[in-house]
Order: sequence, then structure tokens, then C-alpha cells
Amino acid sequence: MNHKNETPEQRKYLAKRHAASRRFRWYGLMGLGIALTTLFLLLGTMLLKGYSSFFQTQIQLSVSFDQTLVDPVGDKSVESLARGDYRAILGNAIKRAFPEIKSRDDRRQLSKIFSDGASFQLQNLLISHPEWVSTSQNVWLIASDNVDMWVKEVVDHDLPESQRRISDLQAKWLAFLEVNHQLQLRFNAMFFTSGDSRNPEMAGILGAIKGSALTLLITFLVSFPLGVASAVYLEEFAAKGRWADFIEVNINNLAAVPSIVFGLLGLALYLNLMHLPRSAPLVGGLTLAMMTLPTLVIATRASLKSVPDPIRDGARALGASPLQVVLHHVLPLAAPGMLTGTIISMARALGETAPLLMIGMVAFIMDIPGGVMDPSTVLPVQIFLWADSPERAFLEKTSGATLILLAFLITMNALAVYIRNRVERRW
Amino acid sequence: MGFSLIGTVLAIMAVLGFLIGNQRARGLARAGRLHSLPRYHGVFVALWTALPGLLMIILFAVFSTGMINSMVMENGQGGAGDPHMLAVELNKIQLIAEGRMPFQEGMGVSWDSVERMKNLHRNADILALFCVIAVGVVGFLYALRRIRTDFRARQEVERIVRVLLVVASSVSIFITLGIVLSLIFEALRFFAVVPVSDFIFGLQWSPQTAIRADQVGGSGSFGAIPLFAGTLMITGISILVAAPVGLFCAIYLSEFASPNVRGWVKPALEILAGIPTVVYGLFAALIVAPAISDFGGQIGLDIASESALAAGLVMGIMIIPFVSSLSDDVINAVPQAIRDGSLAMGATEAETIRQVVLPAALPGIVGALLLAISRAVGETMIVVMAAGLAANLTANPLQAMTTVTVQIVTLLVGDQEFDSPKTLAAFALGLTLFFVTLILNIVALGVVKRYHEKQ
Repeated sequence: MNHKNETPEQRKYLAKRHAASRRFRWYGLMGLGIALTTLFLLLGTMLLKGYSSFFQTQIQLSVSFDQTLVDPVGDKSVESLARGDYRAILGNAIKRAFPEIKSRDDRRQLSKIFSDGASFQLQNLLISHPEWVSTSQNVWLIASDNVDMWVKEVVDHDLPESQRRISDLQAKWLAFLEVNHQLQLRFNAMFFTSGDSRNPEMAGILGAIKGSALTLLITFLVSFPLGVASAVYLEEFAAKGRWADFIEVNINNLAAVPSIVFGLLGLALYLNLMHLPRSAPLVGGLTLAMMTLPTLVIATRASLKSVPDPIRDGARALGASPLQVVLHHVLPLAAPGMLTGTIISMARALGETAPLLMIGMVAFIMDIPGGVMDPSTVLPVQIFLWADSPERAFLEKTSGATLILLAFLITMNALAVYIRNRVERRW
Repeated sequence: MGFSLIGTVLAIMAVLGFLIGNQRARGLARAGRLHSLPRYHGVFVALWTALPGLLMIILFAVFSTGMINSMVMENGQGGAGDPHMLAVELNKIQLIAEGRMPFQEGMGVSWDSVERMKNLHRNADILALFCVIAVGVVGFLYALRRIRTDFRARQEVERIVRVLLVVASSVSIFITLGIVLSLIFEALRFFAVVPVSDFIFGLQWSPQTAIRADQVGGSGSFGAIPLFAGTLMITGISILVAAPVGLFCAIYLSEFASPNVRGWVKPALEILAGIPTVVYGLFAALIVAPAISDFGGQIGLDIASESALAAGLVMGIMIIPFVSSLSDDVINAVPQAIRDGSLAMGATEAETIRQVVLPAALPGIVGALLLAISRAVGETMIVVMAAGLAANLTANPLQAMTTVTVQIVTLLVGDQEFDSPKTLAAFALGLTLFFVTLILNIVALGVVKRYHEKQ
């Protein structure tokens, strides 16, 4: 668009303005770049640090299950096998694997490469395979967390001996075992099947997952009916006036109240007033339900609002009562949108930590909860607890648990997006 | 036994009520024309059977434990000693009675009171079951008597459902009321010990109170200024990060990006928004704080390993999607005609955005930023994991600072002393937090609402 009567100054001015425009566009792109880079950085580091928690170092030993040691009663019953001396069995197996090691000190060092849980592992194995009594079996046993960190090269192998938890001697044995294919990184089933533990190599997230599931169930059972009912009332029945406005303002403000305040309310209401048990999923679920309710109402109202009025008018014209209009026509049409909103608010509740700290879900709990009254913890709180632990090996567990939590959340959100894009009707 | 059995009984009664009501109405239909469909009669009976029982269950859930506890304390221990010890004893008795703690001699709790509590709980459960069945049967009989051919069952059911809807929608008001009342009530008890002026204007925060009365230096000081300063600093840093980045994201997405790019980037930002705060906290404590500390060491700056800077930066990242999605909505709401007018006058795209679109969208953007600030002020996990515990009153973002939320968590997590100023201080902090965020929210929502009405 060069005009003949353009002076050089004008052309220069114009070029400057266009350059400014391009720069502005670049700023926008940079903003996006920063946001997306941090997202990838965050997910990437969690993945890098966390995926190794799905594997653990295990050592193969030939274990002979002497009947006198493991089966004191002699009938191979669970009770009898549970009373066996598995420490001795493990000690004998280690002795046999390294016959050349005689000194007590070395022996102690040698047994330290195995986890404290290795003897429990032997007990559980034997209880599920009672026919192994009086036989020798090649068994994979869990190594201690220090060995695990050493094998995964989380700790620097070149550090001077005094500064690491694996001595030169132990390192030599580990190298020997590795050459003989008796030491491997194997799938860490324990991480998915056990509760929390003081020993990092035995700690699992099943307890936290179950706690989360129970808590979320309570949250859903309480907040979904209440949320849908209040949204239906506000959107379909309430006369536009002071009262409806007041409730609306109230809900909008409640949705922006910091989550920790709901924790304080839960503490005062459920624990101090109603004396419900501390750290129970019931209390956690009720607390999160109060927090989720406003977001759920807002989401449900939006989906009710998107159902066009002619549908209501048509139903009314055919003689439907106000409640029939809602139950038979509006709600079914709004259901996919309500589902999306519910899934997203449940995902938010699943990731919530702060209010649950207030009501005591931070206790160290080894048992896997069986019901909503049992003390338990939830996934995000488990992450918080492990992140606080001094042991190096818990760092990996923390990132591993984070990966699991993110997997749940991303699945839920993806489901919500799928429903929004595929099932939801556009008017 | 608990409420699962009572709930099941109630559900069965409701189903029976429906079936019987339905059947009765069908029987009547043979005699004459019914006003409402038989199933409405059934629902009417079911509602009358179940609702009084449900109310009963709620009453029992709220009050029974408290009443049992006071009865145990009256008869069992003789009520000796101060209320603090009573609460501890009661807690022990409750734990033992629920089988969550083994009983030992010398815990300061007698087995009698444990037995008594167990008995009372058993009796309360039986009483609850009995009451639920009794009121259910009464309601059922009443409803059944009303079934006639000319009974307007549908209207009655709709009236009841409407009442239920009103009750459900007022729950949110009760939640707000509960928050305000519980915070104010506990905070007042705190201010009875610590004067309000000491709390708001005090420069010293060290909530460690003496466990024994004769302990030295255990008075504890509750001046919250260092906490407010820390909160302000970390929120400020986070807004400095999130406001420009989020705003530029929103501008790029709404003004420059092709629909294809939008389709990919918006879900990515939603993922960023959906990441739990504990993960951000982990990220801050694990990656960002050490990185900043190392970097500071290289250029010769002394940066604390739990610096306010690290927490603020990560919190900024957390609220980027919040700012960008709200601003995106606001910018999109600016009428296209205004843009077209500006472009037709020969303005470049950047000039149009800077001088026409942004001024038009300004109130909405301000509202979005206020909401983001309120979010940052109330954010807990990032600061708990990445900011310090020490209450430093400093203007240096490279040092450790603590926030209101961090202190609430540290005061309430772990062994709690009942009714000590330390525990109550958390509620006073909570009250402050609640009102500050409430004011921010009201202003922000008001601004956004007015903006949308204007468009």
C-alpha cells in the first residue's frame, strides 16, 4: 500500500508502528510460552523423578524353608506359618549365599542390604504357598532403601565412603550380585498394594487411594443432591427478587473463600461440636462437600441456563406442571453439562489438601481404611507427608504418588472435556 | 451399629411406603376416577415416611455425641479439675470406646467411664432406630389416611419437593453462617486472652506458650504484622508474575491465535489450573527453591533455602491460568464493532488492543486480578511447603517469610491443646483471612458484574 505522496518520514513512522505491533504480538507469544514451559517443566520433573518409584531393587536368594523354623506346629496352617522365625530363615539364606563372609561386622553389613520387610515378605510368600515348606526356592526379596537409591544412582557413587550410606564392601557385594543377575530393578507391586510405612521401600499408596475414594464418595453423596437441588430452585423456581439475589451473591462469594477456611469450619463443626472421629473420611468428605457445593451449584446453574426456554414453554403448553417441566424436560437435557461440572468439581476436591490438614488427616496411618469412620489419609496429604520426610528414598515416592494423583485428575478432566465436546448439546 | 443400619431401615420403609401407597391408590382407582396418578400417591406416602426419620437422624448425628459426652463427664469422673483436662480425658475415653486406642491402667481414665460411654452409645443407637421407625410409621399412617380419589397427590408432592429445594438452596447460607459464627466465636475467646490491638499491631509473632504455668519466657506473643507482611510480599510477587504473563496469554489467545492454536492451548492452561496445589508446593520446594538458592550462591547473594521469592514465583505460576481465563472471557466480551472501528481508522492491531480493547475491558481485568489476589492470599499448600515458618518482618524477598495460612496450619496440625490461645489464634487468623478475601471477592465480583451488565 505504498502511496506516491508518502514522505520518507511517514514511511519510517509507519514501519515503527508496525514493528511495535509485531513486538506486542511477540510479548503475547512469550506469555504463552512461559505458561506452557512451566507446565512441561513441572510435569517433566515429576515424571523423571517419579517413574523410578514404580520399580524397586530386589535381590534373588535361594531360601530353604526349614520345617522346624517356619512351621512350628507342623500342619502348614496359616496360624502355624505365621509363627515361624523368618528372620532366621533369611539369615541362613544370606549365610549360604555368601559363605566366605565370617566376621560378625561384615555379616551385619550384609544383612543391611535387605529391607526390614524382607522377612515379612518371606512369611507372606509362604502363607500363599504352603507347599514350599521343607523345600528350597529362589525368591526375589526387597533391598533396603539405601541399596535402592544406590542402584538407581540417585546417590553419587564417587562420594567418599564416609559420606554415603553404602559402604565400599556393600557396594562390592551389590556389584557381585548384579553381575550374577541376582540383583534387578523389578516392578514395585508393594507401592500399589500397601499402606504407608516408616520404611520407604515398603511404603505404598493403596491406603491413601482408598482414603481418597471414601472421602470423595462422601463428598459426592452430600454435595451432588444438594447442589443440583439448589441450582434447580434458583434457576427454575425462585422468583427474581432480593432472596434469590442474596443466595446468588452468597454462593458466588462462598466459591471464592479460601479452602483452608472450610477446614477451620470442619474442625469447629464436625470435630469440636459434633465429636465425629478425627481423620475419618466421613469428616473429610463432609468438609470437602461444603467446599465443593458452591462450585457445583454454579456449574449446574450454567447448564440449566443453557437449556432454551421454548423447551419449557412447549412442555407447559402441553399441560406439564412446573416440577414436571424440570424433571421430564430440563434436567435430562442439562444432564451432560451437570455431569461435566460435577466431574470437574470432584477432581478439584480430590486434589485438595489444606482443609484436610485441619481435621487431622495428616496422621501416620499404616492400615488401609475399611470404612468411612476409620482413620485414613488421602493422596494429596500423603504427598505432603512424604515430602516432609527426611529419608532420601521418600522423595521418589512423593513424585510417584504425585504421578498417580495427576493421572487420576487428568483422566477425570479428560472425561469431562470428552463429555463436553461429544455428548453436550449446543443450542 | 451406626447410621448405616438406620439408613437402610429408613430406605426400606420408604420403598414399602411407596408400594403400599401406590397399591392403595390403584385399589381406589377401580371405585372412582383418581385425581392424580397412583405413583404420585406412592411418592406422597414414601416422602411422609422417610422425611421425618431423616430429620431425626440428622438431629441424632448432631447432638447425640455431645450429650453422651456431657453425661459421661457428669457421672464418671466427677468433673474434677479444669475444663482443659476434662476435654483430654473425654477424648481418651472416646478413642478407647471406639476401639481406636488400647486401654491401659494409669492413663487417667477409668474403665467405668469407657464402659458407660459404650453403653450410652449403644442405647443412643437403639433409641435412634426406635425413633426413626416410630416417626416413620406415624408419617406413613397419616399419609395413607389422606389417600382418596379426590386427593390432589401430585400437588402435595410438588409442594413438598419445592420445600426441599428451598431447604437445599439455603444450605449455602448456613455454610456461610457457620463459617462466620464459628470463626467469630473462637476468635472472641482468643481476644479475651490477647487484646485485639496486640494482635493487629504487634510486631512479634512467637505463639509458643508455656505448657506449665511456671515456665520462663513462655508467655507467647501474637502480633500478626509479620504474617501480614509475609502474605503481602508473597502475594505481591505472585501477582507480578501472573498479571503480565496471564494477561499476555489472554491477549494472544483472544486477539492473535488461530482457532487451532486456541483449541490446543486452552486445554493446556486448564491442565495447569487443575494441578493440585500440593503438587505446586512440591515443585516449589523440590525444584524452584534450590535452583534460586544455587543461583544466588553463584552471583554472591545469600538466598534462604525457603525464600519468599520461590514461594511467590510458584504461586504466580499457579494463578496464571486463573488470570488468563478470566481476562480471556472479559476481552472476548468487548464488542467486535469497537475493534473494527479502530482498525478502520488505521490503527495497528497492537494499537487497537492497547488503546481501545484494553481500556474497554479494564474493569473486568481489574476484577479478575482482584480475584487472583484473593486466591493467592488464601493459598496454603505452596507456602506451607516452600515458605518458612519463622516470622521475619523484613522487606527482603530473598529471606524466609511466613504467611497467615502457614501459621494456621502449623498451629492446628500436630498435638492440639484444647482452648489454649495457640489453638484459638488460628481461628483469629482465619477470621482475618476470611474477611480480607471476602472484601476482595465482593469488590471483584461487583466490578465484573457491572462490567458484564454494561456490555
